Amino acid sequence: MTLAAFWFIVLAVLWTGFLLLEGFDFGVGMLHGVVGRDEGGRDVAVRSIGPVWDGNEVWLITAVAATFAAFPAWYATMLSGFYPLILVVLVALILRGVSFEFRAHAPGERSRRFWDGALTWGSLVVPLGLGIVLGGLLGGVPIDPRQEFVGGLGDLFRPYAVAAGVTVTLICLLHGAAFLALRTTGDLRLRALRVGRILGPIVALVVLAFVAWTRVVSGPGVLLSVVELGAVLAAVAAAALVRSGRDGAAFAATSATMAAVVVSIFTELYPRVMVSSLGAANDLTVTGSAASPYALRVMTVVLVVLLPVVLGYQGWTYHVFRKRLSGAPGDGDGDEPGPPPRTAAAGPDSGAGRRIEPAPASSSPRAMTRLAWLLLAWVVARLIARFMAALTPAAPGAVGAGAERHGQRSTGSGGRRRCS
Amino acid sequence: MSAVDLARLQFASTSIYHFLFVPLTIGLALLTAVLQTRWHRTGEAEYLRLTRFFGILLVINVAVGVVTGLVQEFQFGMNWSDYSRFVGDVFGAPLAMEGLAAFFLESTFLGLWLFGWGRLSPRVHLATIWAVAVGGVLSAAFIMAANSWMQNPVGYSLDPATGRAQLTDIGAVLTNPVFLRSYLHVLLASLITAAVVMLAISAWHLRRGSGVSGFDRSARIALAVLVPVTALNLLVGSELGVTEGRYQPMKIAAAEAQWETCQPCSFSLFQIGGGSDDETPTKVIQVPHLLSVLATNSWNGQVVGLNELQAQYSAQYGPGDYVPNVFVQYWAMRTMAYLGSLILLVGMWGLWRRKRLATSRWFLRVAIWSLPLPFLVNTAGWVLTENGRQPWIVQGLQQTRDAASPSVGAATIATSLVIFILLYGALAVVDWMLMARFARKELASEPSRDEAGAPAMEPSY
Repeated sequence: MTLAAFWFIVLAVLWTGFLLLEGFDFGVGMLHGVVGRDEGGRDVAVRSIGPVWDGNEVWLITAVAATFAAFPAWYATMLSGFYPLILVVLVALILRGVSFEFRAHAPGERSRRFWDGALTWGSLVVPLGLGIVLGGLLGGVPIDPRQEFVGGLGDLFRPYAVAAGVTVTLICLLHGAAFLALRTTGDLRLRALRVGRILGPIVALVVLAFVAWTRVVSGPGVLLSVVELGAVLAAVAAAALVRSGRDGAAFAATSATMAAVVVSIFTELYPRVMVSSLGAANDLTVTGSAASPYALRVMTVVLVVLLPVVLGYQGWTYHVFRKRLSGAPGDGDGDEPGPPPRTAAAGPDSGAGRRIEPAPASSSPRAMTRLAWLLLAWVVARLIARFMAALTPAAPGAVGAGAERHGQRSTGSGGRRRCS
Repeated sequence: MSAVDLARLQFASTSIYHFLFVPLTIGLALLTAVLQTRWHRTGEAEYLRLTRFFGILLVINVAVGVVTGLVQEFQFGMNWSDYSRFVGDVFGAPLAMEGLAAFFLESTFLGLWLFGWGRLSPRVHLATIWAVAVGGVLSAAFIMAANSWMQNPVGYSLDPATGRAQLTDIGAVLTNPVFLRSYLHVLLASLITAAVVMLAISAWHLRRGSGVSGFDRSARIALAVLVPVTALNLLVGSELGVTEGRYQPMKIAAAEAQWETCQPCSFSLFQIGGGSDDETPTKVIQVPHLLSVLATNSWNGQVVGLNELQAQYSAQYGPGDYVPNVFVQYWAMRTMAYLGSLILLVGMWGLWRRKRLATSRWFLRVAIWSLPLPFLVNTAGWVLTENGRQPWIVQGLQQTRDAASPSVGAATIATSLVIFILLYGALAVVDWMLMARFARKELASEPSRDEAGAPAMEPSY
């Protein structure tokens, strides 16, 4: 494997790390107003991500900087080409980033509301915008032979790219609900689970549709790769586990969903880094946009030394803050000028981590949810059947199908990809 | 205005704004760590109160510093894509190292410190604030290495096929003589910034007589840091000037508006005129030999004038205008040097009155009003170093006008410029109000200051 290919994998890992980690705090940010009904509840929800969100965001900074270092041409074309989207994402990141401190220290009700809103909408816009960027890398934007973006605003919002953004955002929502359920107790946890139950099947369907679309976009063949199938299965598992209230497993499943979706985009992208809609000759490729071998070697040494250390102390942070937050008055901080957080949960902390009684839901969401589940089960069953069929040895004479199967398998291994 | 001008304006305004927060973060993290260490060592409750007091200011400041830093990380690609393609091989590496080595450390441990009161053992909790401080100090190292490469490119070769710079020696990039001096200069400036802020806030409280026993301590710590560090930084700064004079003679000649070559050279305290068409400004009060000493470290050193350098550069790089904006350069240099010296004087005055600070009414008044000084000095310093590099974006290798994004039009940049100015303006107002509110809080009256349960205090939010 060349160093350039290794650094492509590193970038896939960094983006995965970013969306996996910051994904849940985007979700919590979006949901904190819904799940935390009163000020105390919102505080507890935000406090669940308080110690970690900033460290999570560094994954994005590092991913962008690593793109600059390892693939300067990719960095240049991507950021200048996606300019308006990046601008919106930056504004959202700024407002969201300061909202944590500003809402905590807001002098009055109105400014507190404003920063709550900044947190909610910022947490929505960032994954949506970055998802659209990721989708655009694979879906293609107009890039001319000089590697310059030559399209208009509309070219950034092509349907596939928007679908990627919506998918990533929805996964963030479910991921955030699962995280909240895992990190809180009482009413807050129940409300997070209720949101998760409604979202679960929707997310599973959207992930399914998205990976199917990815197959269509990225080349001939309609079968799913292993990673993409994994994404669908993880999404279904996540929906089921959230439903049964198994917090830890549900969070693991939403994490797997996010990781698989991001990885699937990157595996389909390889060996390109940006697809040009003006012909494959204009694609930016891994080898064509990579930095010099010496620069990559230097960066590799730095990465190999530092990344394990970073993973170590970030992991330790999660260990330190593993305790569930109840929103009890004792958790509040006297430093804050506002009123102390009120108790969000009246009940005792008995159901933590175990199954919960199904909470009553209004009838129409429930009917919709059931319908979605049925539809999902059917589609997944058919997909698995096709996948299994593709893996069994080809019958003599079925040449076309055999070729397709062959392609399928090597895509699954993640190395190769078809030209579109 | 052309797209390049707008892109420059955007980079200048967002960077200057960002750098209002950066040095305070780096310096205040160190000083907060010192305060907490004092508490850990002595067990005196005053130090714990001070730690929490300045820690809150640190956290609010970090919030704005971090988000405005995000823009910098993206902006090279957005507005300067040809620059990014040209230098990415060399310039990207320190940025990526900064993320991996510094930002992760700073952000993760700031979260741990902020929420770790009572959850971590006091010793481990103390270590987290030091980790934050180390993260800040490291981040400055990498970003200064990247910037110094633009001032004095080393450790690279030009790829014959693409014409782009390629890294050939990371060791050379990290031992760039410009880097070693400018990094120390920035680091000391950060300490000065935080020390002045700590001194000004403490003075405000001492003048009102609130929390005197605590703020007397913090004021004295600030003074003890301020005076030696400022004195040292004046020396480092002049050493940096000599180094830059060697690699970027245009920068130093422009800082003195020295159009003709001189030997020995005098330094003018100020000048009248000196605009873009004025090569013969009236120099007022010339100090003989001082420019020679500042620019070359020798009593009779020669400083090559702008006209001669212009002729040299035209012969070397082809026809063009290689003289930076001399008026800006001249006054940026003086703003930095004069206000920096003023800070030193204020500090020495305070050190002289250190045993009776609380009753030194005039000193306290001056100390409060010296709050904006380090920010002006820092800004002037960056204007000096970046304006002095023009018209180059990478000295001798690429000109700024060739570095912008070909695919991004002036209208787009103008839009983003307006958005950033509005957004940053609003942030400045909110941040200032918040900082001022917390800076005015009394030390002892905060609700969580129950003496008995101090170590068990719970986190923010």
